[in-house]
Amino acid sequence: MSSFWSIWIAVLTLGTLVGCYLLLRLCLKNFAGVEEGESMGHTFDGIEELNNPLPKWWSTFFLLTIVWGFLYLAMYPGVFGSNWNGLLGWKSSNQNVVTLEDSKSQAQANLQEGSGTLVEYDREVARANETYGKIFAKYATYSIEDIAAAKDAEIDFNTRDYDALTAVQKALVDRSEALRVGQRLFIQNCSQCHGSDARGTTGFPNLTDDDWLYGHSPADIKYTLIEGRKAQGMIAWGTMVGGDEGVKDVAAYVLSLSGREAKEGNAEAGKAKFAMCQACHGANGEGSAAMGIDLGAPRLNDNVWLYGGSERAVQASIKNGRAGVMPAWKDILGEEKIHVISAYVHSLSEK
Amino acid sequence: MQNKHEKLEKHIGWFFVATIFAISIGGLVEITPLFFQKETTQPVENLRPYTALELEGRDIYIREGCNTCHSQMIRPFRAETERYGHYSVAGEHVWEHPFLWGSKRTGPDLARVGGRYSDDWHRAHLIDPRSVVPESNMPSFKWLDVNTLDGQLTAKKMATFNMLTRNRSHKDENGNPIPLYTAEEIAEAKTTVSGKTEMEALIAYLQSLGHALK
Repeated sequence: MSSFWSIWIAVLTLGTLVGCYLLLRLCLKNFAGVEEGESMGHTFDGIEELNNPLPKWWSTFFLLTIVWGFLYLAMYPGVFGSNWNGLLGWKSSNQNVVTLEDSKSQAQANLQEGSGTLVEYDREVARANETYGKIFAKYATYSIEDIAAAKDAEIDFNTRDYDALTAVQKALVDRSEALRVGQRLFIQNCSQCHGSDARGTTGFPNLTDDDWLYGHSPADIKYTLIEGRKAQGMIAWGTMVGGDEGVKDVAAYVLSLSGREAKEGNAEAGKAKFAMCQACHGANGEGSAAMGIDLGAPRLNDNVWLYGGSERAVQASIKNGRAGVMPAWKDILGEEKIHVISAYVHSLSEK
Repeated sequence: MQNKHEKLEKHIGWFFVATIFAISIGGLVEITPLFFQKETTQPVENLRPYTALELEGRDIYIREGCNTCHSQMIRPFRAETERYGHYSVAGEHVWEHPFLWGSKRTGPDLARVGGRYSDDWHRAHLIDPRSVVPESNMPSFKWLDVNTLDGQLTAKKMATFNMLTRNRSHKDENGNPIPLYTAEEIAEAKTTVSGKTEMEALIAYLQSLGHALK
């Protein structure tokens, strides 16, 4: 901020405070030419106006607010704009950041001893990290399997005396707690697509069954959460399989893979055309995960249907294509939270 | 017996002038300097202009009044940044005309919603919010999937944005402002967006939100 605007702000702000004081002084004087407490000379409906001074308590409080105004401007930023942050060096946040790295380094610099600046937001985050950082660091020492295995542990969280427990019991409490934290975080961040019971909905995978597009080992789940997943993306096959008739044939064959009979289309004709689908879905529709590749092409020979299992829905998938995207959560949640969420997800299908 | 006070109290014209004067001081102190301050006029480093489709999506966002229930302003409190991401800064909004900060959150803040959900999710959610979030009270916007854009005004909108941001865009190495949209982009605008559904445009806009500080 240029010095012109600093002076602009200072003159107007301090001028207003001084102006208020002068106005108060002015209003405390008697200009009416009438003795205090005497009649001003007009009455209405029997009510008479007297020349009373401003009440003492009122003018005192007015004066105090002016004093408070000066004190406040001395302590907090205001009087010189962004050129002077007041005696406390207080700021709500670093509004001049231009990148995330910039934001991090500014926050770090502000938290240094003797930086002369007190950034409220940075302090708040630092305090929270001190409290919660320890907890998540503790959870990170347990593996995803260990945390997920605490699913059936019965612990009375209200009456336990943590310090009196043995090391083994403590570990069980920690793991069980981590799992619950994972569940809460799942509900806050993942339920919008996968549902609060993790059973998913049309287009968004059910996480409680045994059908996994990208594997369900702890490492796979964690990777999916951190980096996100973008399915290879099924293009629209409508014209390539020979128009609507071709689509019906292929759909009939796909349904036959899970032992169902289609109302429309010829499964035999569809089988020939399914050759085009094998690269991603496998020769028998076993899906890309079974072949050990990360294409995200669902298994077709079971009765789990990501985009709906009705004949119509299968036809629509073939005709128009599908694109499954799982967003990356690395930057939003951070690895420690993802660790406990992964454990929760892993626990869901653990039979 | 006329005293000085009465001149003001009994003449509405003078009182009007004095009131305007008193109120304007607040604006002169709190608003005017921001027009000339680097922090509020310089774009953050990774800020990029909306594409033609995103720009159309933004206008649909305005038309449907999304900003009456969704803010685009993350305040610097940990409770907010834990949920929504880094707090909003002025440099992210220097090219917004008008800004869509909003003032009420019936739904969540959208300042950094880009990339948080898949396109499919947005589509399902805009057609029937309760199909993915059962407790949602957001209305359905299913007509977005039916209406298509003709792109008649897209080029004009982009040219207008060039005009509105002429002193606030990025600068080249000689310090000359780089216009938000090149003549080529403006010429191609119509063909880029025409035929696309309003749904596609709105989703493109939503996915772009918050890209500059991520």
